[in-house]
Amino acid sequence: MLDLSYNTIVVLLGTALLGAGAGLVGSFSVLRGRALIGDVIAHAALPGLCLAFLIAGRKNLTPLLIGALATGTLSVLLLTVLRRYTRVKDDALLGTIRSVFFGAGIVLITYIQNRSTEGSKAGLTSYILGKTAGMVAADVQLIGGVALAALVCVVLLYKELRLASFDPGFARVQGWPALLLDNVQMTLAALITIVGLPAVGAVLVAAMLILPPVTMRFWTDRLSKLLVGSAIIGAAIGGLGTLTSAQYSLLPTGPVIVLVGTAFFVVSMLFAPRRGILARAAALRDFRRMLLRQRILSRLYEYAEGPTSEDAWLTESEVATTFDITPAAARHAINDAVFGGTLVPRSSAKGTEYGLTDAGWDHAALVVRGERLWQRYLVEHPDLAGQLVDLDLTNIDDYLPADVIRKLEASLAAEGRLPETSESAASQASAARRQGGRP
Amino acid sequence: MTGLVLWGPGAELTWWNFAVGAIVNSACAILGCFLVLRRMSMLGDAISHAVLPGIVIAYFLAGREAVVSLYLGAMIVAILTALLVQTLNRFGSVPEDAALGIAFTAFFSIGVVLVSNFASRAHIDVDCVLFGDMDFVSIDRFYWGPFDLPRALPKMLIALVAVVVFVGVFWKELKIASFDPALATAMGISAIVVHYLLMAMTAVVTVAALEAVGVVICVAMLIVPAATAYLLTDRLSTMTLWSVAVAILSSLAGCILAPLTGTNIAGMMAVAAGMQFALAVVFAPRYGLVGKGIRAWRLSVRIAEEDLTALLYRDEESKPTTGVRGLTIEHLLAGVGGGFTGRHALKKLQQRGMVELVDGARVVLSAAGREAAESLVRSHRLWEAYLVEHFQLPLDHLHEPAEKIEHFIGPQLQQQLAAGLPKADTDPHGSEIPPVK
Repeated sequence: MLDLSYNTIVVLLGTALLGAGAGLVGSFSVLRGRALIGDVIAHAALPGLCLAFLIAGRKNLTPLLIGALATGTLSVLLLTVLRRYTRVKDDALLGTIRSVFFGAGIVLITYIQNRSTEGSKAGLTSYILGKTAGMVAADVQLIGGVALAALVCVVLLYKELRLASFDPGFARVQGWPALLLDNVQMTLAALITIVGLPAVGAVLVAAMLILPPVTMRFWTDRLSKLLVGSAIIGAAIGGLGTLTSAQYSLLPTGPVIVLVGTAFFVVSMLFAPRRGILARAAALRDFRRMLLRQRILSRLYEYAEGPTSEDAWLTESEVATTFDITPAAARHAINDAVFGGTLVPRSSAKGTEYGLTDAGWDHAALVVRGERLWQRYLVEHPDLAGQLVDLDLTNIDDYLPADVIRKLEASLAAEGRLPETSESAASQASAARRQGGRP
Repeated sequence: MTGLVLWGPGAELTWWNFAVGAIVNSACAILGCFLVLRRMSMLGDAISHAVLPGIVIAYFLAGREAVVSLYLGAMIVAILTALLVQTLNRFGSVPEDAALGIAFTAFFSIGVVLVSNFASRAHIDVDCVLFGDMDFVSIDRFYWGPFDLPRALPKMLIALVAVVVFVGVFWKELKIASFDPALATAMGISAIVVHYLLMAMTAVVTVAALEAVGVVICVAMLIVPAATAYLLTDRLSTMTLWSVAVAILSSLAGCILAPLTGTNIAGMMAVAAGMQFALAVVFAPRYGLVGKGIRAWRLSVRIAEEDLTALLYRDEESKPTTGVRGLTIEHLLAGVGGGFTGRHALKKLQQRGMVELVDGARVVLSAAGREAAESLVRSHRLWEAYLVEHFQLPLDHLHEPAEKIEHFIGPQLQQQLAAGLPKADTDPHGSEIPPVK
């Protein structure tokens, strides 16, 4: 059962605040493509922690964190300098800096373990994978302070940070202090990473910065919602992770928090409306079906233009062979079209055949008109073909100016190939498209 | 702590540590070259963290002697990780670095949870995963015929041999895919296959290295020697050899320094590799900071020398042939911005007999110096004439670009410039363009 003692509440508050702060700060890191910077800082903080321990002599949180901040900042500085002055690429620099600093941390930890007799061994190794058990009220105050500082910075600099995140070049050209904003953001990331070390540990604390914003990103396109949502998700991850790990004394806290966060992430990635993988797969499937229906309608329209209008009827199996799809897919498409009122069945010697209804005829005329206008346009301007991708997706009336369309229509009409579309149907279709619907 | 023993009883342990370190580090380093060149270091890093659950499950199911299942387990997880990162990136539109961060922290967390729960049954603990346990690897022996060897040695040798064979067999493919992925694809070498093979091999070396050096140091050995070698050479074969050299030297340094200071061997190896990287950053012949600085300074000395001779030449031109010859040293140095570089350039000119000192304080060109100066001034004025002829630049916009480019125009370019001009005897300001000698 849940044991909500004073200690548990303190720890819970600490990790929830940490998660909220990390979510807030991490949003900007992820948007700027610096998701792994927290990871580098966290690994590089380890030798600083140890040096501070050697100097300060006891496991007092504040000097330890100052030491951690010092080497963490040093690592970012080194990264910037080496990126500028050596030929080694970013990825190799990140890997080099974080693993060498971490190696130095391990050397120092073992040095301290072998030297000291104070039984403080467990203290330092817990910074690698995290141990919330030792968290006291003062630690929580520190975490709360950093989270509050992050909140204040984000609220005060909201507009500036937003611009710097989405269009850094424009921000610079507009005369914003881009470097300063970058530094504010990096400093916040470093601070939240460092205060997160005792709880989540150096190896995994980066996930606290990455998971909340990436999870929230599936639910929204707006920065304000992303920030608020990330903070809430971060707090939830921290809190739930702590509660879970409290049940298993064997486990370090860091991995448990990360796994709880990963679960949030996976669920969002799969099930989020609109941006989730399933929603997108469904949208893609619907879109493909819509295209297939259009192709069936336009094919029937073209058959009807032929010598005998009797050809303008197709059976399910003919549709399947014509478009090289499975009979089931053909049946599905035809049923959708019948249901939508564009196709109508009749029985014949061949079995059940399907032909265009009046509404279907209007719709097919629109589709065929679009196809033929595009074809004609490309015949007359083959040089532009390369720039125009996804012709099926682009409504020609939205893309080309009206006078060009009129010329194309005249040229088609001269050959008798311009489908007759009623003005009202065309404008309705166009309006529907502009509103994001599909005719 | 026992301290360092290099010979006599107990020395064996030090040397086995070195041998084990050298084997696993070399395997990592060779593979790392391709990760670094293909800019996949972070993916390699992520894989090394992520294979942990594969290793633990294989330990748990098949026991630690079952080397093959161990390698298979790790390779499967590695390929899963690489696939997962790609899936997150492509279908979830998660930025690649964030996807890496999520994948490796998640897998590593699963690994740690498994290790914590099955520690006793899998003979592996969290400390070992993080720090490695070199001494245990060397102490834990078995007899192979008459030889008394570390139990983990065959496993590690398999990894090294696998890496060497892999790189040897696919050398050409790896090379092309590393330097020109587009060409590789055009030649029918699947970049995707190379990608996943590299990931699988990364898993193999991680398995070999994990017990001895732990996860993070394994990453250090994958990336740092290769990054160091990348600073030292432009040739892939040389780079591979350098990275192995760095790896072996790191092992040696680790095995000697760690016992002396009573610290972790693997950590010390990473620090030693980091030191070598730092040395390469500073002192690498071509790409090091010192080398680059010296070359930049040499260039500025050459430019100062040339500017000095040109100054003297123009002075000669503007003065009648009788009267006071040459310029004072102060005047000359002021003309090239003075400072140490200018003085050094003047001294070198004098040593090489390009200029002479007359009347104690005035500098004049020697015959050789005049010839060099003529060529430079010719370059300068040809360029000015060319700019006017072909770009219609106004007269006051000519000197500055010509002043910069004159130092990089050789005889061949002079010829081409002259050929592009209707008459190459005077420049737009009306000064004579010195003819070719």
